[in-house]
Amino acid sequence: MSTSVSTPEVSPAGAPADAAAPRKARKGPGRARVWATRAPLLPALIFLIAVTQLPFVATVVISFFDWNSLSPDSRSFNAFANYGEVFSDPSLRDSVFTTVWLTAGVVIVSVVLGLLLALLLDRAFIGRGFVRTLLITPFLLVPVSAALMWKHLLYNPEYGLLNGGWAWFTGLFGVDTPAQPDWISDMPLAAVAAALIWQWTPFMMLILLAGLQSRSAEQMEAARLDGANAWQMFCYLTLPHLRRYLELGVLLGSIYIVQNFDAVFTITAGGLGTANLPYTIYQTFYQAHEYGLASAAGVVVVIGTIVVATFALRVVSSLFSEEANRA
Amino acid sequence: MTALTAPQAAPTVRAEHARTVRRGRRRSTVLGLVAWIVGIAFCAPALWMLLTSFHSEADAATNPPSLGAPLTLDGYRVFFGAGGGASPWPPLINSVTASVFSTLFVLVLALPAAYALSIRRVEKWTDVMFFFLSTKMLPVVAGLLPVYLFAKNTGMLDNIWFLVILYTSMNLPIAVWMMQSFLADVPVSIIEAAQVDGARLPTVLARVVAPVAAPGIAATSLICFIFSWNELLFARVLTGVTAQTAPVFLTSVVTSQGLFLAQLCAASVVVSLPVLAAGFAAQDKLVQGLSLGAVK
Repeated sequence: MSTSVSTPEVSPAGAPADAAAPRKARKGPGRARVWATRAPLLPALIFLIAVTQLPFVATVVISFFDWNSLSPDSRSFNAFANYGEVFSDPSLRDSVFTTVWLTAGVVIVSVVLGLLLALLLDRAFIGRGFVRTLLITPFLLVPVSAALMWKHLLYNPEYGLLNGGWAWFTGLFGVDTPAQPDWISDMPLAAVAAALIWQWTPFMMLILLAGLQSRSAEQMEAARLDGANAWQMFCYLTLPHLRRYLELGVLLGSIYIVQNFDAVFTITAGGLGTANLPYTIYQTFYQAHEYGLASAAGVVVVIGTIVVATFALRVVSSLFSEEANRA
Repeated sequence: MTALTAPQAAPTVRAEHARTVRRGRRRSTVLGLVAWIVGIAFCAPALWMLLTSFHSEADAATNPPSLGAPLTLDGYRVFFGAGGGASPWPPLINSVTASVFSTLFVLVLALPAAYALSIRRVEKWTDVMFFFLSTKMLPVVAGLLPVYLFAKNTGMLDNIWFLVILYTSMNLPIAVWMMQSFLADVPVSIIEAAQVDGARLPTVLARVVAPVAAPGIAATSLICFIFSWNELLFARVLTGVTAQTAPVFLTSVVTSQGLFLAQLCAASVVVSLPVLAAGFAAQDKLVQGLSLGAVK
């Protein structure tokens, strides 16, 4: 997908790096020699094209057909009708908005929380390594088990930790009948988002921590000697330095969270307006057997991802060209 | 003490400095304490899950929560089949198979590719790198249906080796990026020196490149292992009974037998354990891998 879209854009950045790369003098323009250099690359390339690109091409083709697997005889070409349906069917359209909301909300909140945690962990204190390990644990739980944990152990209205903890807390003040909301049915999208934020904040924290620790200590010291206060140093030194890392976190987070299936599938099974596009596509083809429609929705996801990915590649390519110049 | 060593004006400056240092030290103690509290609070749900997995079912489902309930291994015993439910061993073995073999295949494909992208660079190597990356940005759902149809028509449905192939393609781009950056760290001068000394390619790879790249290769393997172990969507769509993986089994623990909280927690802990172990071992490399080598 983004292959054809992205390569022309990144090649200007790539070209000078390519020229600067250390290269052995070729003994003549021998073709065999060129292929000897390329050969190690080919198995990986061919394998990837076969397993990831070909299925997508097939998806594009299927998206132009009216194809329900329950009535295979009536399969027919219907041009853009499936795409029309993706944007006119209220439930499909809603899942487009749900995807955007969920992704944007989770990414923004987890980046902000991740930044705060990274700043907290950037200084030396006793047991820093241990606290860091505690903080990244949510990210290391298997996504399904984390989602199951939120659903049953935390959100459950009768014995979940959230309501249980609240009952215990109000009990200290003699309140016998505290509010006991049913989190998942009262605020389904927020419930899914909270679980995802909990899982993704550590990732953002680790990226930003790497960014903080690559600040130039001399520059910070110089600013301190010049009388800059902590807030000024944060605004004028740390934040500009972190910009790339923030962008990287936002864009990688978006790419992973747009595709999220586990949390939606586990916590709400797509009910109550939480069905995002991946879940809807899964349902459209796996349960409704609408192959053409599911494929069209899949292509829409890809187009959306290309928009995000184009920015992502530009950011990564700027980091990458720095590295290539350094080499 | 200061009066002995410093001229008249100095003591106030020194005292001022000492006060700043003391204030700074007090502040960092407070912030350290805050970090501890935040860290424990953030991890609390996971810790609570661990604790609940050692409670009896009756103690697990109480309101308010019972923190000090007696500990028992019942949840784990039931999970491992003592309760007459489905045995978790076949799914766990399937997950091990899928993760280990796909990781091995990734290494076999990615190592030569990374070599061609870092040590003996092909022309336009940055473009090739971005091609690998762009395949990672293709959402899984966009190719799911053709993959499913292919598996169905070739009899590969519910076959763990089909998942192995898909997981290999899923992890290959990340592995190429990570290993490219690790191999690029091998100084070219050392390689050239070895060649001048008459070392042939296999010797150079084994004696010069491998020792420098080994930690990076290990980290890459761990990340591939984690991703394969965690994957749900492919496994859910493409496997049924015999090739079911641990995450799919985990979702069925709840639906087939009703909800047993302690057992669910025990199951979650068991399934997460390999990933937690691998992740703690490769904390730094994990981010580096996920950010495709862009953060060092």
